[in-house]
Amino acid sequence: MAKQSSVTSISIGVGLATGVYGISFGALSVAAGLDIWQTQVLSLLMFSGGSQFAFVGVLAAGAVGGVGVGAAVVSAWLLGIRNGFYAVRMAPILNRVGLGKLIPALLTIDESTAVATSQSDSKDQVKGFWLTGTAVFVFWNLMTLFGAVLGDALGDPRAWGLDAAAAAAFLGLLWPRLVERQALAVGAAALLIATITTPVLPAGVPVLLAGVAAVVVGAFNWLAPKAVKN
Amino acid sequence: MDIWLGILIASAAVYSWKILGFLVPSSVLNHPTVSRIASLLTVALLAALLGVQGLTAGGQIELDARIPAIGVAAILLYFRVPFVVMVAAAALVAALLRLWFGL
Repeated sequence: MAKQSSVTSISIGVGLATGVYGISFGALSVAAGLDIWQTQVLSLLMFSGGSQFAFVGVLAAGAVGGVGVGAAVVSAWLLGIRNGFYAVRMAPILNRVGLGKLIPALLTIDESTAVATSQSDSKDQVKGFWLTGTAVFVFWNLMTLFGAVLGDALGDPRAWGLDAAAAAAFLGLLWPRLVERQALAVGAAALLIATITTPVLPAGVPVLLAGVAAVVVGAFNWLAPKAVKN
Repeated sequence: MDIWLGILIASAAVYSWKILGFLVPSSVLNHPTVSRIASLLTVALLAALLGVQGLTAGGQIELDARIPAIGVAAILLYFRVPFVVMVAAAALVAALLRLWFGL
């Protein structure tokens, strides 16, 4: 990271840029049938974009009852797994003990980890984590509220293209992860599996079924990138 | 299950990964197979949600104005347009196609 842009300005910039797309989460959550309070609590407590979009996305697909909400819960949970790997990287950098781990754990997301780990100085790593995590948390929650109120006022979500916006949001979250053949193949297979099984399975279940494809390909390391093999 | 209960359980479940990473020795989660499955699982779930959200409606496969909207989103992503602009553009494309052509 170039020295001329300080970790403070990077953190605030990332916080603002990420926070802004809280508008889309807020609007899509309300369009999926959640109320403004439920939407806000998701941003406050879950605080992980991918998982939040997944939770409301499964409900938007018509998931109801025990199986439906259960599928939404499991989808959100499984999409949160990468945060565990971020936490593993952040733990030695932050070096917190006991209850001091509770708040940094909440703030451990893509952005705070990315800013922290891209700093070379260890003080900047700690500062980058806290500043980015806090900035994203504040802006993400403010923009969620704004988006939820806006979405509530819009009325029919389809007429405003909010169903297409939700699909675009998933494409946007997926895009940077399609870096190699293995990920592309898994993504294409998962999209097909979930789409084709939607008419015959309860809402929410097709998404989890597609996740099985990833576990199988990952476990056997099919289509492995050459660099990883040695 | 009540939606409120679902929200609380899901939030705790997502938090469980985060706190787990701070508590377990790094060797457990750093195993190559574990980290490979985790990253492919993320790809698969997002792609599946893209399919369900973009190509189905009411439990049926339905191809409509969302497809050109997703195409526009892909082009904008290729040109590294900011996330929120890309999402808004997709909504606009779908909304206009429905307004003009009833797609």
